[in-house]
Amino acid sequence: MSANDFEPRIVGFLCRWCSYNGADLAGTSRMKYPPNLIPIKTNCSGRVDPTHIMKAFAEGADGVLISGCHPGDCHYINGNWRTAGRFPMMEILLEQLNIDPRRLRLEWVSAAEGDKWAHVVTEFVEQIRELGPLNWQGQFHNEYEEEQQEAVTA
Amino acid sequence: MSKPKFAMYWAAACGGCEISVLQIKEKILEVGETFDIVFWPVAVDFKYKDVEALDDGEILITLYNGAVRNSENEKLAHLLRQKSQILVAFGACATQGGIPGLANVSDAQEIKDLVYTQNPSVDNPDKVYPVERYEVPEGELDLPHLYDTVEALDQVVDVDYYIPGCPPEGPQIWAVLETIIGILKDGGDLPPKGTVLGAGTRSCCDECSRVKEEKKIKGFKKPWEVEWDAEKCLLEQGIICMGPATRDGCGGRCTAVGMPCRGCYGPPPGVTDQGAKMLSTLASIIDADSPEEIAEIAATVPDPLGTFYRFGLAKSMLRRAKV
Repeated sequence: MSANDFEPRIVGFLCRWCSYNGADLAGTSRMKYPPNLIPIKTNCSGRVDPTHIMKAFAEGADGVLISGCHPGDCHYINGNWRTAGRFPMMEILLEQLNIDPRRLRLEWVSAAEGDKWAHVVTEFVEQIRELGPLNWQGQFHNEYEEEQQEAVTA
Repeated sequence: MSKPKFAMYWAAACGGCEISVLQIKEKILEVGETFDIVFWPVAVDFKYKDVEALDDGEILITLYNGAVRNSENEKLAHLLRQKSQILVAFGACATQGGIPGLANVSDAQEIKDLVYTQNPSVDNPDKVYPVERYEVPEGELDLPHLYDTVEALDQVVDVDYYIPGCPPEGPQIWAVLETIIGILKDGGDLPPKGTVLGAGTRSCCDECSRVKEEKKIKGFKKPWEVEWDAEKCLLEQGIICMGPATRDGCGGRCTAVGMPCRGCYGPPPGVTDQGAKMLSTLASIIDADSPEEIAEIAATVPDPLGTFYRFGLAKSMLRRAKV
């Protein structure tokens, strides 16, 4: 795949109270933004376990966006605060795994901020486009079979 | 009637699993009485060709310890799977990739470069590397091929049971062997395939003898940086302890003597990625008032990858670092 025809695949975890409605508003208001993000509705951004992020990257996502209510506005009082708590450590861990931490983004988008949602997604898609494909599974190969074949031809 | 056959194999591991079998003490005699040992390189002198000569499924039970890190490990994994009715992943390396799994932060070439040329104690001006095939007058010699990615046993072959631990605790090993010997003598059903044997179903905290209260941390410390309380939960004292994200079954022996849990029994049931869960646990006990303070406290975790995935990197969601 050349760099030009690379279309980022982004998984978005959106809380149902703010960001999902914000995204809905962007849609009903006919705002234009790139279609590269697959939204997943969660009850709260605090529900997004680091396992979900890992799974998204492992299964082909080039970027992951987590979006919740603004601090202080959480429907569950402090769920988004828990998300914020995980984020810095998650960034350090991704860096250690040699994944650019810019592939993971945390945003606060309220139900009234359709324009912000469109803006965030546009910006993030461009960011990932710049970083290029992650292609996680592409780095694994069957080393045993390769070795067997080599032994036959040697 | 001939005795059922038993095998044990040592792959990419330190050898602690082999020694841990002796923790069953005099019960080893009962194992010898019940089973005919057909292959156990560390204890008896049988060769690979002796295993190859067996019929498929002729071995009743094989305990495979160690990760799969080179072509020899994998060849034996396939061979023993073919010859065994029950294949058990024995110990943290076989079940989770274990300590060798941490090699997944780099690749084979990087490891060879470090070991043979870059180490300060190495003097190798001609950059001589070991070769996998070498012609000598007597014929061709070959060495196993070192893999880029270390794998757990079940990422290579079908595995029947798992006995976690680094190493598995003696009484737990005996409990498993006793059950199997009991079934052989008196009949009964084996546990369902895929069962984790010789371990509990809850988290290590459940067995830990320390007093647990409210957890709120202003910064994480290494064990030698604090004068820790002998009774209180280590995590509450800011010492990273893998207990909450680790399966019980060990008896909480490490924490009882002031050593934080390192996570060797692997994730508890229902958890697929031990490191990710541990990260979540630690993040939830950070006591901060601003995003900046969260970041400051998070930065005090020494080596998150090596700590959270000390035994589980090979079996985690991502399996390795990006190369």
